[in-house]
Amino acid sequence: MNSRTAVAEKRDKAELGFWIYLMTDLMLFAALFATFYILRIGIADGPKASEIFNIDYVMAQTLVLLASSVTSGMALVSAKFQMKKQALVFLAATIALGLSFLVLEMNEFILLVNEGHSWTTSAFLSSYFTLVGTHGLHILIGLIWAVVLFVAIMRRDTIGDNHLRKLGLFTMFWHFLDLVWIFIFSVVYVIGVYA
Amino acid sequence: MNRRIIGPLIGVSIAAALIALGWWLVQGKQFDVLSPAGEVADQQRNLFIFTISLISLVVIPVFVMLGVFAWRYSEKNKKAKYDPSFTHSVVLESIWWGVPIAIIGVLSVVTFQTSHSLDPYRKIVSEQETVNVQVVALQWKWLFIYPELGVASLNQLPIPEDTPISFTITADAPMSAFWVPALGSQIYAMSGMNSQLNLIASQQGDFRGYATNINGEGYSDMKMTVHSWSQKKFDAWVVDTKANKPDLDITEYERLAKPSENNEELAYNLADDQLYSTILNKYMSHGAETGHSSVNEGNH
Amino acid sequence: MNFFGGLLGRMSPEYFPSDPATIGAAISMPLAVLGIAGLLTYFKKWKWLWKEYITTLDAKKIGVMYIVVALVMLIRGFADTLMIRAQTAIAANGQQGPIDTDTFQQVFTAHGTIMIFFVAMGLMFGLINVALPLLIGARDVAFPFLNSVSFWLFAAGMILVNFALIFGGFSAGGWLGYPPLTGLEYSPGPGVDYWIWTLQIAGVGSLLSGVNFFVTIIKCRAPGMTLMKMPIFAWSVLVTTILIMLAFPVLTATLAMLSLDRVMDMHFFTSTAGGNPMLYVNLIWAWGHPEVYILVLPAFGIYSEIVATFARKAIFGYKTMVAALIAIMFLSFIVWQHHFFTMGAGANVNAFFGIMTAIIAVPTGVKIFNWLFTMYRGRILFASPMWWFMAFVVTFTIGGATGVMMSVPALDFQVHNTMFLVAHFHNVIIGGVLFGFLAGITYWFPKIFGFMLHEGLGKASAALWQIGFILAFIPLYALGLMGAVRRIDSYSDPSWQPFFIVSAIGVVVIGAGIFATVLQIAISIKNRKKYSVGGDPWNGRTLEWSVPSPAPHYNFAITPVVEHQDQWWYEKEHNETNKGVLEDIELPKNSSLGFFMAIAAGFFGFGVIWHLWWLVAIAFVAIVVLVIIRTMNDDSTFIITKEELAKEIGARA
Repeated sequence: MNSRTAVAEKRDKAELGFWIYLMTDLMLFAALFATFYILRIGIADGPKASEIFNIDYVMAQTLVLLASSVTSGMALVSAKFQMKKQALVFLAATIALGLSFLVLEMNEFILLVNEGHSWTTSAFLSSYFTLVGTHGLHILIGLIWAVVLFVAIMRRDTIGDNHLRKLGLFTMFWHFLDLVWIFIFSVVYVIGVYA
Repeated sequence: MNRRIIGPLIGVSIAAALIALGWWLVQGKQFDVLSPAGEVADQQRNLFIFTISLISLVVIPVFVMLGVFAWRYSEKNKKAKYDPSFTHSVVLESIWWGVPIAIIGVLSVVTFQTSHSLDPYRKIVSEQETVNVQVVALQWKWLFIYPELGVASLNQLPIPEDTPISFTITADAPMSAFWVPALGSQIYAMSGMNSQLNLIASQQGDFRGYATNINGEGYSDMKMTVHSWSQKKFDAWVVDTKANKPDLDITEYERLAKPSENNEELAYNLADDQLYSTILNKYMSHGAETGHSSVNEGNH
Repeated sequence: MNFFGGLLGRMSPEYFPSDPATIGAAISMPLAVLGIAGLLTYFKKWKWLWKEYITTLDAKKIGVMYIVVALVMLIRGFADTLMIRAQTAIAANGQQGPIDTDTFQQVFTAHGTIMIFFVAMGLMFGLINVALPLLIGARDVAFPFLNSVSFWLFAAGMILVNFALIFGGFSAGGWLGYPPLTGLEYSPGPGVDYWIWTLQIAGVGSLLSGVNFFVTIIKCRAPGMTLMKMPIFAWSVLVTTILIMLAFPVLTATLAMLSLDRVMDMHFFTSTAGGNPMLYVNLIWAWGHPEVYILVLPAFGIYSEIVATFARKAIFGYKTMVAALIAIMFLSFIVWQHHFFTMGAGANVNAFFGIMTAIIAVPTGVKIFNWLFTMYRGRILFASPMWWFMAFVVTFTIGGATGVMMSVPALDFQVHNTMFLVAHFHNVIIGGVLFGFLAGITYWFPKIFGFMLHEGLGKASAALWQIGFILAFIPLYALGLMGAVRRIDSYSDPSWQPFFIVSAIGVVVIGAGIFATVLQIAISIKNRKKYSVGGDPWNGRTLEWSVPSPAPHYNFAITPVVEHQDQWWYEKEHNETNKGVLEDIELPKNSSLGFFMAIAAGFFGFGVIWHLWWLVAIAFVAIVVLVIIRTMNDDSTFIITKEELAKEIGARA
C-alpha cells in the first residue's frame, strides 16, 4: 500500500472522526443551552440578567476570541506552506488571545461572586455559570492543546504531515468554540439584558 | 409426520400448562383497573379493551406465521418449496406497512380524543356541586384538605358518591404521584407546583390508593383509602370532624410533615384554610416580579 | 478543617455496610478478585494477560473483554433479581421479608443500572467489536486506541458500581435517579454520587465508541462495499451510532448538572431557588429513550444475520429493512415524553407524543414481518441461534403490543409506574436485546475462538429463558392491573402474593437458563478440540466466514473486493475466488495508555464522590498528561509485509 494514500486515509478518518466528535460536543452545549433557556426565569432571590451583565465587557471578550480564531487560521495557512516561524508566531498569538479571554472571564466570575451572586444563589445563576464555565473549560483544554502543538512544531525543522493534521484539527476545535461563544453572547448576554 | 412433532408438541403442552396456571391464578382476584368504580376509570377500561383488541390484529397473525413457517420450512420438511430468490414483494410490503399504518391511524384518533376527554385537568360535568380537595404528598403519607368544608384527613379520603371531586395536588417531599386505580388516572405530585385531577365515584365503597413514584424509604407504605359514602353519611362525617377532631394548623402540619412510616388514618378540623397556599409558597421564590413563578399550572 | 479532614474528604467508617446481604457481597467480591489474581500468579499468566488483553488494540479481543465483563455483571444483576423476588414473594400483609427497605431500594437501583449500562451496553459493544470489522471487510475499527480507552472506561465504571457495595452504599433512587429525591437535600450520602460517576465514566466510553464505529462504517468498508451492499447488521450499527452520538452528550450534561447540584450546591433541579425537577425528567429521558433503541437496534441487526444464514435465504426486503432502521432512528428522538405522560403536560402535548410513539411501532413491526418472510420458503436449520430468535419473536411481540397500549396517554394514566410497566419493559429488553445478544454470542463464538459452543446446552438455555420469562413477567401484568405499584418492597393485599411467588419461581428458572449458558461455555472450553471447526461452520453468507477460525489478528490476509450483497455466499454459489490483492498490512501496536487513562478517570470519579479534591486534581492532570503522551507517540504501528503474510497463509493451508 503506497504511503501517500495511507497518510491521506489516516487524515480522512481523523478529520471525519473529529468533526463527528465536535457534533457531539455541540449536543452537549445544546443541552446546556436548553437548560439555560428553561431556567433563565428561575431567579429566586437573586439578580436578573440585566442587573449583572455588562455588554461592553462581553463585547471585548468576543472580539478577543474572534481575533484568536483569525490568528489560528493564519497559523494553519502558514503551516501548510511550511512557513514554520510564521506559524509559530500566529499560534503564540492565538494562545495569548485565548488566555486573555479566559482572564477576562475569570475576572467577571470573581466580581460576581464577590457581589454575592454565585452559582448557589439561583437556578438562573447555576445555569449561567455552568454554561459559560463549560465553554471556558473547553477553551482551557484548547490552550493546553495549542501549547503542546507549539512545542511539538518548534522542536522539528519542518512541519510533518502528522503535525499539520493535528493543527488542522485544533483550528476546527477553536473555530467551533468561537461559534459556541457567539451563541452564548447572543442568547445569554444580549437577550438576557435587552429582552 | 413423525419425530418432528415431538418438539412442537412439548412446546404446545408447556404453553397450555402456563395458560392454565394463569387462569387459575386470576380466579377471584380483585383487578382494580378493570373494575372501575367511577366514570374516568370506566372509560379507561374501555380503552384497555379497545387497544388490546386492536393490537391482537397484529400479534395473533405474527404468532401464527411464526409457528406455521417454522414448522413448514424447517429443513427437515422435504416437501416444502425452497425459493431463495423470493426476497421481496411489493404486495406483501404494502400489506404489512399498510395495515399497521391503518391500525395506528385509528389509534391516533383515539389517542387524540381521549387525551382530551380523559385529561386529568378536565372538570367533570355533573348536577352535583364539585367538592374541592387539596392533596399534599408527604413523606410517607397523604394529607387531604377540604378547604371549603373546613376539614382535613390523613391517609383516608372520604367523598360523597356521584359527586365530582376536583383535586389540586402538591408535595412537601420529593416527587410523588397520586393514584386511586378504581377511580382513574394517576398524576405526579411535585413540590412548589400544582397538579390537578378530576375524579368521580359512581358507587359507594372503599377504594385503595397508592403512591406510584418513589420518594424515599417509606415509599411502599404510602397508601390511602378512598371512602365513597352517601351524601348524608359524608355530611355527617364533616360535621362530626369539625366538632370533635383536633385542629390542623401550621404547627400540627409541621409535626405531620416530618418523615414517618406506618401512619394511621386521622381526621382534623381545618383551623387554617390558607394552609395549602402556605405549603405551596414554601418553595416559591420572591423573584416573581416578572410574573413568573415556579408554580406550574400545565398547558391549559 | 484539619489536614486529615481534607485528606479523607467525607470518608468515615459509618459507610461500611451493615446489612448481611451487602456485607456478604462486600467480602465475596474482593475474595473473588484475589482468587483470580492468585490463579494468574500460580499459572504465571500475568505477562500473557498484559500483552494479550490489557494492552491490546485488537477489536476482537476488546470485544471479548466487553462480553466477559458483561456476563459477570449479568450474574451480579441477577443476584439483585433474586433478592428482589425473594423479598416480594415473602413480604405480604405484614410479613417481614429477608431484606430491609434501604437495601432493597439500593438493590433495584443497582439492578437496573447494571443491567442497562454494563450487561446490555457491554454485550452490545462487545459484539460490535467482535463482528463489525469482519462483516464489512475491515481489519479493525477506525480508531483502535480510542477503542481501548472506551473499554477501559467501561471497566472503570463497572469497578465503581461494585465498589459502592464495599464502601458507601449505592443510590436508592431508581436507575434514572429523579431529583429532588436524588438531590442534596434528600440523598446527601455518597450513594447517588457513585451512581452518577459510574454512568458518567461509562457514558464517555460509550460516546467515544459511537464516534469510532460510525467512522469505521463510513471509512473502513472493503472496496466495492457500497452502503446498500452492507450486511444489515452494519446498517443497524450505523443507525445506532448516530443515536449514541446525539443522545449520550445529553446524559453527560444532565448527570454533570445533578452532580453540580450535589457537590457545589447549585440549583438546576432543586425544588427551591428556581430549580426545576421536571427539567431533569425531560433531559434524562431525552437520552433515555434513544438509549433503549441504541440497545435494541444492534440486536435486530443480529437477528437479520442469523435468520438469513439459517434459513439459507437472503434477508427479505433489504431496502425496507434499511428504511425501517432509519425511520426508527428519526422517530426515537420525538417520543421521549411518553415516559412521563402523568407529569401533567396537558392533552395536546401528551397526544402528540402518544401518536409519535404509536407510529414508531410501524417500522418495528415491519421488521418482524420481514424476518418471518425470510423464513418463508427458506430451508431452516434450527440451530441454537434460531431458538433465541423464536424466543425473541414471542417475547418481544408481547412487549411491543403492551407498549402500543401504553402509548395512549389516557390508558397510561392507569398503568404507569405499576408492575404492568415493569413487565412491558422487561418483555422488550429481555426479548429484544438480551436474547439477540445471547444469540450473537453463540453465532460468532466459533469465529473468535475456533470451536463451537455446545448446541444442546444453548438450546436448553433458550428454552429455560423463554419459560422462565413467562413465569417471571406475565404475572406482573396482572399485578399492575390489581394496583401493584413498582419498586415496593411489601404490600398489604395477600391475594397478590401467589403472583409474586410465581414470578419468583420464574426467576429461578431463568437462573437455570443462565447456569446452562455458564455450563455451556465451560464444557465447550473443556472439549474445545472435539468441537473445533474451520472458517465457515454455519455455511454463512457474509465476509467474516471467509477467514479462518479463530480469525487472525489482521482479520483478512487479503482485503476482499466486494461486488454483491452477501458477497461470501455469492462466491460459494458461483465458485468464485475473491479478487483482492495481497499487500502489506499496517497494524497498531499495543498500548497501556487507555488502561491508565481509565484508572485516572475512575479516581477522578472516586474523588468527587468522597470530596477528595486533591485526588480529583491529580486525576485530572494525569488524564491530560496521558493524552499528551499518546499524542506525542509517532511510532504506534507496525507492518506485516506481504512476504510474511504469504508465508503465514501457506503454513495454514
